[in-house]
Amino acid sequence: MSVFMIIRIAFKALSRNKMRTALTMLGMIIGVAAVITMVALGTGAQTSIDAAVQSAGTNTVIVSAGNFTQGGVRQGQGNASTLIPDDAVAISQLPGILYTAAGSSTRAQMVAGNQNWNTQAQGTDVDLPLINAWPVDDGSFFTTQDVTQAAKVVVLGTVVRDQLFGTDSEPVGQVIQIQHQPFTVVGVMASKGQSSMGQDRDDTVFIPYTTVMKKMRGVTFINNVTVAAAEASQVTAVADRIATLLRVRHKIAPGDPDDFMVRTIEEMASVRKEATQTMTALLASIAGVSLLVGGIGIMNIMLVSVTERTREIGLRMAIGARGRDVLLQFLVEAIVLSLFGGGIGIALGFGVAQGVTLWQGWPTAVSPNAVFLAFGFAAATGVFFGFYPAQKAAALDPIDALRFE
Amino acid sequence: MPTVISVKSLVKTYVVGEVEVKALRGVDLEVERGEFLSVTGPSGSGKSTFMHIIGCLDRPTSGQYLLDGQDVSRMTKDQLAAIRNKKIGFVFQGFNLLTRTSALDNVELPLLYGANGMKTAERHKRAMDVLKAVGLENRADHHSNQLSGGQQQRVAIARSLVNQPSILLADEPTGNLDTRTSIEVMEIFQKLNLETGITVILITHEVDIAEYGTRTVAFRDGVVVTDKQNTRRRMAQDELAALPAPTA
Repeated sequence: MSVFMIIRIAFKALSRNKMRTALTMLGMIIGVAAVITMVALGTGAQTSIDAAVQSAGTNTVIVSAGNFTQGGVRQGQGNASTLIPDDAVAISQLPGILYTAAGSSTRAQMVAGNQNWNTQAQGTDVDLPLINAWPVDDGSFFTTQDVTQAAKVVVLGTVVRDQLFGTDSEPVGQVIQIQHQPFTVVGVMASKGQSSMGQDRDDTVFIPYTTVMKKMRGVTFINNVTVAAAEASQVTAVADRIATLLRVRHKIAPGDPDDFMVRTIEEMASVRKEATQTMTALLASIAGVSLLVGGIGIMNIMLVSVTERTREIGLRMAIGARGRDVLLQFLVEAIVLSLFGGGIGIALGFGVAQGVTLWQGWPTAVSPNAVFLAFGFAAATGVFFGFYPAQKAAALDPIDALRFE
Repeated sequence: MPTVISVKSLVKTYVVGEVEVKALRGVDLEVERGEFLSVTGPSGSGKSTFMHIIGCLDRPTSGQYLLDGQDVSRMTKDQLAAIRNKKIGFVFQGFNLLTRTSALDNVELPLLYGANGMKTAERHKRAMDVLKAVGLENRADHHSNQLSGGQQQRVAIARSLVNQPSILLADEPTGNLDTRTSIEVMEIFQKLNLETGITVILITHEVDIAEYGTRTVAFRDGVVVTDKQNTRRRMAQDELAALPAPTA
């Protein structure tokens, strides 16, 4: 008896009791759909992190002052006073480096007319729009001359523009007060949206780092240096060169810890990616439990089915079915149940993932891996949970089975 | 006439708990092709056990059973399944049709288990042929629960015939039917027996039903007590003609 025949017989048997077949499949459908949706959410989150890394520039290296531990004392990064503007200049002269921007930031209250807003004032250099691939929408970025002169000029993020001057206003040329000093608005950045950390990157202003150092914070050091390597493939080499240079410049003895940190955007993203992966694995394993429950549901129904169809099994044996044929028939029934349930579950999972993207705005991506995994698991569940009832059916004695009431 | 069934000193012993039950205590019997054999006996006489062994559903404890000259008493379960499929057509008291399944699909069932690679069209043709033989060609698409008891039993007879078996084994086929329908079913058996020469073995505890056969064998306590040709055989066709037409 061919496998094709057995599949036909199994289909006929399943179609004889459609309601029960549908309900049995439901467990499988929900389990698979849950796994697909959870993995889609996780993959979507990771994809958006990747996209954020791309938009931040994969060849970006960030040098921050201070290290987590220094001489046994834990320090917050960026707060040490060891990184100075000359370090940034020295870094910019290293080979393989395209752009360099020193950074010195502070939070500040800004006032325009009767509106005021508290935000991050990022002191930076003229190349930052190039490093971050972040163009100026209106007006222009400040110039090298502004940096040298520590000019009081400011480039607004769209959120700050909206808060101080109103949506779609054109504030270039206006003067705002930052820490009671007048700053001229020279430009407005294009909208950039949220960062992978969930921060609104448009809620910021850019000021020459020299101005922030001298006229706002009154310090001689900078917090960080943002560097763009010429090639993405050179990022690690560039990071190494920077570290070597700074150790020499800061006269750090061999064996002593760095007083700075050099990190690439990809490194930073990978930490967050790992967290997302852990979360995805957790959600997927919870969804996996419902798959398991679906499988047990199939076994339960198949066991009931074997008892209920004892006479049918007896008859099939009387007219020539071998134990093997009966075993295969029930096994195929269980597999068909779980595969069809799995197939519908995949479609439903697709739908739910699309729905979440549509209504919640969360990024989702249904990965082929998750589909194969869920489908494979569904098939395995069918075989695993279908085998015991099928074996029970095949082991029946035809005489007893025919007499069964 | 060649011998279809040849049974020699057939013994079947069951062990129930610690008690040995001797269901058959040495049965010798020969059945020739084209016979219509009625097997009777009270319950516990061993006729059911005899039928199970003849039907290759069970194996004897000792003794020999030749079916078409082939020793089937020592065959494996799978070999017996193949023999049942090819050589034996079963008709049961409770019809044992698949529910929610058309008459045609029910009749085709033995073909699914036996003939390897038989085309769907060929299966349909053979199933329709036997449905025609039992007069149900118009009901081929009806589900079993849409058929009367007599019609269901006729579907079951068609199913037993579809693989052209050597013997037709009917176990109390009229047990669930009223008198008129019983006679109708017996008419089909007699017609098949006369026209196609198929060997029919009818297991029944009703003496008057046994009289439709050409020969009656009576069991008691695991042995054959009488074995005689039926001198005054009942003919279902004549009886049906004599009966008043059904009112409904």
